[in-house]
This record gives sequence, C-alpha cells and structure tokens, in this order.
Amino acid sequence: MPAGAAREKLKAAGLDIFGALKDAGIAAFVAFGLFSLIIGLRTEQGITGQLILLPRPELLFVLVALVFAGRFVIALFFRSGLAHAGRTIISPDLRKKLDYVGSFMGVFLLLFALAIPFLFYSNRYLLDLSILVLTYVMLGWGLNIVVGLAGLLDLGYVAFYAVGAYSYALLAQNFGWSFWLCLPVAGILAAFWGILLGFPVLRLRGDYLAIVTLAFGEIIRLVLLNWQDFTGGPNGISGIPRPSFFGIPFTADETGFAARFGLEFDPSHRVVFLFYLILALALLTNFVTLRLRRLPVGRAWEAMREDEIACRSLGINTTNTKLTAFAIGAMFGGFAGGFFATRQGFISPESFVFMESAMIVAIVVLGGMGSQIGVAVAAVVMVGGFELFREFEQFRMLIFGLAMVAIMVWRPRGLVAHRAPSIFLRQKKEIPPEALEEVQR
Amino acid sequence: MEYFLQQLINGLTLGSIYGLIAIGYTMVYGIIGMINFAHGDIFMVGAFIALIAFLALVAIGLTAVPVALLIVLLVAMLLTALYGWTVERFAYRPLRGSFRLAPLISAIGMSIALQNYIQIAQGARVKPLQPLVTGNYPLIDSGAFHVQISNIQIIIIVVTVALMLGFSWVVSSTRLGRDMRACAQDLKMAALVGVDTDRTISLTFVIGAALASVAGVMFLLYYGVIDFFIGFVAGVKAFTAAVLGGIGSLPGAMLGGLLIGLIEVFWSAYFSVQYKDVAAFSVLVLVLIFMPTGILGRPEVEKV
Repeated sequence: MPAGAAREKLKAAGLDIFGALKDAGIAAFVAFGLFSLIIGLRTEQGITGQLILLPRPELLFVLVALVFAGRFVIALFFRSGLAHAGRTIISPDLRKKLDYVGSFMGVFLLLFALAIPFLFYSNRYLLDLSILVLTYVMLGWGLNIVVGLAGLLDLGYVAFYAVGAYSYALLAQNFGWSFWLCLPVAGILAAFWGILLGFPVLRLRGDYLAIVTLAFGEIIRLVLLNWQDFTGGPNGISGIPRPSFFGIPFTADETGFAARFGLEFDPSHRVVFLFYLILALALLTNFVTLRLRRLPVGRAWEAMREDEIACRSLGINTTNTKLTAFAIGAMFGGFAGGFFATRQGFISPESFVFMESAMIVAIVVLGGMGSQIGVAVAAVVMVGGFELFREFEQFRMLIFGLAMVAIMVWRPRGLVAHRAPSIFLRQKKEIPPEALEEVQR
Repeated sequence: MEYFLQQLINGLTLGSIYGLIAIGYTMVYGIIGMINFAHGDIFMVGAFIALIAFLALVAIGLTAVPVALLIVLLVAMLLTALYGWTVERFAYRPLRGSFRLAPLISAIGMSIALQNYIQIAQGARVKPLQPLVTGNYPLIDSGAFHVQISNIQIIIIVVTVALMLGFSWVVSSTRLGRDMRACAQDLKMAALVGVDTDRTISLTFVIGAALASVAGVMFLLYYGVIDFFIGFVAGVKAFTAAVLGGIGSLPGAMLGGLLIGLIEVFWSAYFSVQYKDVAAFSVLVLVLIFMPTGILGRPEVEKV
C-alpha cells in the first residue's frame, strides 16, 4: 500500500505525521468538549434581569484550532524532547562561571536597591512600586523560614501579616504609641499568634498542616471582617498615623523633617524614608535567617525538611523546632504587616485574602525553597510582572495559576535557585535530585 | 421543636451537597494521598456548565422540567468529568514521584487558574437562575410555624442517596472498584499485579468530578445563584467533611458532609449567620487536632 509505505518512510525520518494528526485530533476533541459551553456561550444579564446567552462560535473555533495546531507541533517535533524538558544539563564549566557571577549577584542587587531612591527620586510611581516589591521580598523571606528551611507549607501566612497590620493600627490609634514602639509589638504579637496557632497543629503531616493553616488564615480574616466594634469590620481602619523620622514628622511646618534639616519640603521625603525602612526590615529578615541557619536550630530546620523521621530518631524535638520556625516566620510577617499599615494609612480585611498567601507561597516556590537570593529575584519578577500586565487584569491571575502548575511540573525546585543544606559531611557534595525525591516520598 | 425540624431538613439538604463533593476529596486522597485543592473549583465549573446548559435548553424551546433536568445532569456530569480528567492529566500526573508538597502547590495553582478562567469566560457578576423546581409539602403545621420540605430538597436528597448507592456498588462489586481499592492499599503493588494504575487514577478523578458536578447542579437549583468564587468555600467545607468522616472512607465522606451541613445550618439558625464559615473552618481545625483519623477512618501509619 503506497500510503502505508509513505508512512513508514516518514516514521523512519522521525516524523510521524499520522500519529501526530491523530493526537492533535483527540486534543482538539477534548478541547472542544471543555470549551463548548463555557467559552462558546456567554451568559449576560438581559433587559428583564434574566440571563440570556450570547454565542461566541468564532472564539471557540479559534481556541480549538489553536489546541489542534499546538498539539500537532508538539507531537511532531518535541515528542521525545518533552519528557526531558527542564532537565537541561549545564556543563560544569558554565556552572562554575554561573556560580561565580551568582556570588556577586547579592551584592549587586543590594547596591542597586540602595541607589534606587537617588536614581528614581522624581519618579513617585517607581518608588512606590519598589516599596511594594520590597514588602513582598520581606514577606517571601519571612515565609521562606517556614516553607524553605523548615519545610512546612503554610497557606495562612497572610494571617500574621494581618495580625501585624491590625496590631499596629489599633495600638497607634487607640494608645497613640509611636511607630518605633508599635513595630516591635506588632511583630511580637504576630509571633505570639504563630505560637498559639502553631502549638496544636504542628503535629500534623505536611498537607494537613497546609490546609489547617489555610483555615486559620480564613478564620482570622472572617473575624476581622465581622468583629465590627473592634476592627471596624469591612470598613477597616483609616487614618493610621504615618511614620516619623525618629520623632520628627514629615510635615511642611517648622517642626517637620524638611525644616529641621534645612531642606525644601518635598512629599517624596516620606516615600524615600519608607523605602529605606522596608529595605532595612527586609535586610534584617535576611540577616537573621542567614545567622539562624548556622545555629543548631537552623540546622535542625533543614534536617527536618529533608527527613522528619530521621530527625526524630536522632533526638531532635520536632515540635519545638517547628514551633520556632513558625513563630519566627510569623514575627517577620508581623513586622511587614506593621509596615504595610503605616505606609497605606488604611487597612481592611480585603488586603488579607487567601490570594495574598498564595502569592507569597508562589514567590517562595518560584525562587527555589530555601534560597534567599532566589526569593528576592522571584518577588521582583512576580510583583514587577503583575505591574507590567496591569492592563490584562483578568488574564494575569489565570497565567499566575497556570505558571504555578508549570513550575511544579518542570522545575519543582524553583526557577531561580536550588536549595542545598548549609551543612555537609566533610565536603560539599551535590545531592542528586532523584535521591532526595526518593527520600521525600 | 418545629424550628429545629425545619433546620434539620435544611441541614440534611446542604449536607448532601457537601457529601457529594467530599467523595471526590476522599477518593483521591485514598488513592494517591494528595489533597486535590482544585476539586472545589471543579464543583464550581460543574455549576456553571449546568447553568449554561439550562439556558441553552430554554433557548431551543425545551421547557419540560424533568426532561431538562435529566439532560442537564448528564451534560454537566460528562463535561465536568472531562475537566477532572484534563486537570489530572496536566497538573498532577507529571508530578507523581516529585517531592511531597509539589502536587498540593500545583493544585493551588490549578484552583486559581480555574477560578479566573471562569471569571474571564463568563464574567465576575453573580449569575441568577429563575427557580425551576417549585412547590413544597407541609409536614407539620402547628399554626405558628410551618415545617415544610420543598420539592427541590426532595430531589437533592433522593439523587444523593441514589448516587451513593450506585457508587458504593461500583466500588464494591466491579472491576474498576476492585482496582481502585487495590490502588488505595498499595499503588506499587497494584501496578505489579497488573492493575493499570494511571487509568484507575484518571477514572477516580473523572468519577469525583462527575459527582462534584451533580453537587454543582443541586447547588444551582437550591440557591438559584452562583458565581466564580463558590468553589473555594464549598471546597474547604467539603474537605472538612472528608476529614471529619475519616479521609479515605466513602461512607465517612457522606457522614461528614451531613454533619458539616447540619453544623453550618444549626450554627446559622441558633448563633450567628456571619460566623457560619468560621464554625465550619473551626471544625476542620479541631478535628485535625483531636481526631485526625476522623469518625470512620483508619489510623495512618507513617512509614520511612
């Protein structure tokens, strides 16, 4: 048969067109099933208030055609390549060079961060964005202690952020405490809540713990939303006192910051101050984490992340170890929350939804769990990317979700960096990922 | 007393819906030990498919309610099952053998993606549907308070019981059910003795999604209004139900669902509506702390 012969020939050349067509046909059929009602018909409110249907056959057709074409191309050209995607082997030479460059990366980023207010002094938008990015860097580093070092997936991290923000707001408003008094108290209160919530739940296994922390996050948000007398309910708290330069307010009058230092009044002073404040807080988080990693408790965290049962067999009290990770992570979340409250001047439960937790988790995961520099880069990429695609408001969340899936499929150890225990036996040995995966199962 | 009876009926109805969703969680957890975080959103997708199917049937002039209901149920089950299959194929199957938290993180991503997919495709506004099944039966009439059960409540409870019986039969007496039980006991061993584990896991997701879509149809009929966010809260509550009943146990999921439904309804009726979600979430926390094996579950032995 000529057709069969032609097919054999193509197969020999590595191109199985008929097989690819079949795969693409099946994919298109599935896609048609998936999209037929949801995309093909749109529900809209009619004039009488009842829903009416608007057919969108063109869109449906285009999407199904895209799936067909995409599947065809993949089946034809990447069939064997797809299985190995993401396992690209970098030559040891290049690896060395990359490591060399990487060792300067942190210093370079730090210098750049220090210079931002001078570089973009007149650009208020960029300054605000940098403050936002740094807030997420700090949150990412805080959560990194819990997820990255101790290996506990905390899906309710935003709860501690909320505790910090509300503590700060309520203390500053009701008692008139100054910023520098409120901030540590906010952190301590968040840590206290971390211990309070952590104590009963930390006996749970990984994914149960994740769900319970999620539930806690939601409980705290719902309480904030419904406890009207205390938290202001859905209206939140507004008019939170702004931070002062160690007692000197950023105002235009004679006692203000500008007059005291003989400068012309400029509202940007406050923004620059806030920028350095959050930078200092984030660096503090980083510094403490790096030091803790060298202490017995940090070593215990990493040991626990790698193998909890082995850890327990060696006599490490895993409950206490988990609790310290949880509390310290929560404390930094509380600091970040306090900062958030003073920067915004207004907080409401809407700022502390589950999506925020998911976002921080995504930053840690994307950055490579346990890697400090990776988390910082991931925060810049994520928050910056969110800003860049502001016009595509709806699509960016869709892409965000799909990206989380894609990272887990292709680079489960993070896009930017890879984690490695900070202590080794005798010499630094690269642990093959397969071995670790086998252990963790 | 009458008030209590009325709340009991309402609670059982709501509990049936949670129970149907909880089965999806418990089956998947039983077999591959992962929390399918996107399952609540599969339920939401099912509700949306049902809504659109209803409107489409009305548009082509089919208005006989029983026939329409049957067609909608079948269409929703079929298409939602396809979603369940696709999600498993793309987001979970490649992760088998990856590190412990990878499937959960992937599932969270899938959940966010599904929510926003529906939001983009159908808009963020709530979608009301005119009541299709009306009428109710008065049970007790004490003058001051009428206890009644509506037709839709009867439909929900009957459909749930029928599906539960059918599904229990599948699990206990068919080849597929045997494969599923084998996979739940030991995935590797099942593969060694010739069970097609990938296919079994796929089918588990398909069945779970189909049951969730039935719950979606019932939710749509019962409340008459849905939006793209219903999956999150319903999902967490159904997961709570699965844990409460003992994760991995099918009767447990149904029992847990009924209990959660009752707790939520009675809490709203006697304490505070605002805190009903707090009550459900607190039950989750308390159960996991004090009774992690649930009511009908078996203790899980942690192995090296």
